[in-house]
Amino acid sequence: MSINQNILVKLKNAGFRINNKSLVKGVSLQVEKGKIVTLIGPNGSGKSTTAKIALGIYKKIDGEVEKYTNKIGYVPQKISIDWTLPLRVNDFMVLTENLNKETIDEALSLTGVIHLKDKNLGDLSGGEFQRVLLARAISKKPELLVLDEPVQGVDFTGEIALYELIKKISDELNCGILLISHDLHTVMSATDHVVCLNGHVCCSGSPLDVAKNNEYKALFGEQASQILSRYEHRHDHIHTDEGEIKKN
Amino acid sequence: MFDDFFIRALVAGIGVAFVTGPLGCFVIWRRLSYFGDTLAHSALLGVTLAFTMEFNIALSVFLISSLIALSLIQLQKRTNLPGDALLGLLAHSSLAVGLVVIGFLTFIRFDIMGLLFGDILAVTVDDLLIIWIGGALILLILKLIWKPLFASTVNYELAEAEGLNPDRAKAIFTILMAAIIAISIKMVGLLLITGMLIIPAAMARNISTSPQKMVIYSIIGGLLSVILGLFSSLEFNTSSGPSIISAALLLFILSLFRIKQSIKLKN
Repeated sequence: MSINQNILVKLKNAGFRINNKSLVKGVSLQVEKGKIVTLIGPNGSGKSTTAKIALGIYKKIDGEVEKYTNKIGYVPQKISIDWTLPLRVNDFMVLTENLNKETIDEALSLTGVIHLKDKNLGDLSGGEFQRVLLARAISKKPELLVLDEPVQGVDFTGEIALYELIKKISDELNCGILLISHDLHTVMSATDHVVCLNGHVCCSGSPLDVAKNNEYKALFGEQASQILSRYEHRHDHIHTDEGEIKKN
Repeated sequence: MFDDFFIRALVAGIGVAFVTGPLGCFVIWRRLSYFGDTLAHSALLGVTLAFTMEFNIALSVFLISSLIALSLIQLQKRTNLPGDALLGLLAHSSLAVGLVVIGFLTFIRFDIMGLLFGDILAVTVDDLLIIWIGGALILLILKLIWKPLFASTVNYELAEAEGLNPDRAKAIFTILMAAIIAISIKMVGLLLITGMLIIPAAMARNISTSPQKMVIYSIIGGLLSVILGLFSSLEFNTSSGPSIISAALLLFILSLFRIKQSIKLKN
């Protein structure tokens, strides 16, 4: 068995429980360099939990996580920041890594919030803050990006632009992306691999494969299936019956 | 030069203010005021043990406070009691045990007021060495753990996800808290140490726009409080601790006017 050099993080039959109540179980997936893996599923299906397992935020987990990189950018779904801290956007950008001015400005320009650089973080709107979160995550040029609903609260045109940006970053930095999203339209066109969760992995594969899957249809309805299948997908791999991915 | 008790007190106080400034900011940011109080209350037990065993006071206080901090972490894991109840439990029981032990120490002359509220007459050249060397060490370690500690103060999960090891930083910070209480107890007294940590930092919060500025203003506030407080303590023959804290309060009240001004400017 050869070790794939491109793997950034790999979950093997991973799960997480609180007080013996399972939040998610039996998740196996891997994120590779330059690939976008998207987690979809209804509310409470364990998407954010799976992301936190992959990130190592949850430590007492079932199964295994193998992480092959420490250069990680994370956009959490919920972030509560205590406003007893006087914190400007600029201070927030260098929170986990020291960056020079050019790098900070570049990232803030990419997400369209360079004009907010000296503003207090607490004074931003939800959408503006989301853009700052994304800028912070990409500014450190990570190998692995974990984006938990990265465009929530962003206006419609901004949403499309940010998804395009995410795709561009994945290509330019050749970083792997673990994406959580509700928006089937925009995401699917860029996604390489979809994992559909509902407390466990319902189905996974290319967007097209998942769209055809009966469990997916049962979970999201016929309409969602049509959305997904509209996107043609270049197949550079096939899926074996065990859910493994094989390169063509 | 260090022959004069007042000069010694001043040098000691200045040393303490340099350390309480940045630590105090973290106490406010991380909401640790009552944690600081608990450690300070337990310091009495440390002092009495130092007297019984003829041990160095600062070291003994440091050890007892660290022990209390560790017990708190264990209790949090093993009981379902809320954090503030556990803090109260540890603070008052260690204070009580400390006072009971003092009751047994009839053979030692003991200035309990000095212990509770600080005594500038008591500062020796040895204390100066402990404050300045210990203080420099605390600041150095704080600088080393600044990134993970600050990042996890802003958001624990971000810090953890991006590989900064916030748990280790938190544990080290707890030890630093015990250390600052140990070295500043003679100056400010154990009932008022938390005041020295939080009041200058609270004053700084009112007038600063970034974390770095808040740390700097907090140090300046602490220094001014010590100088003002000690001079008035000499002038009016009051205890050093209450005088320093009163001076800090005065600065805090002044900083409130600054907020009013900036709110006016915004409108």
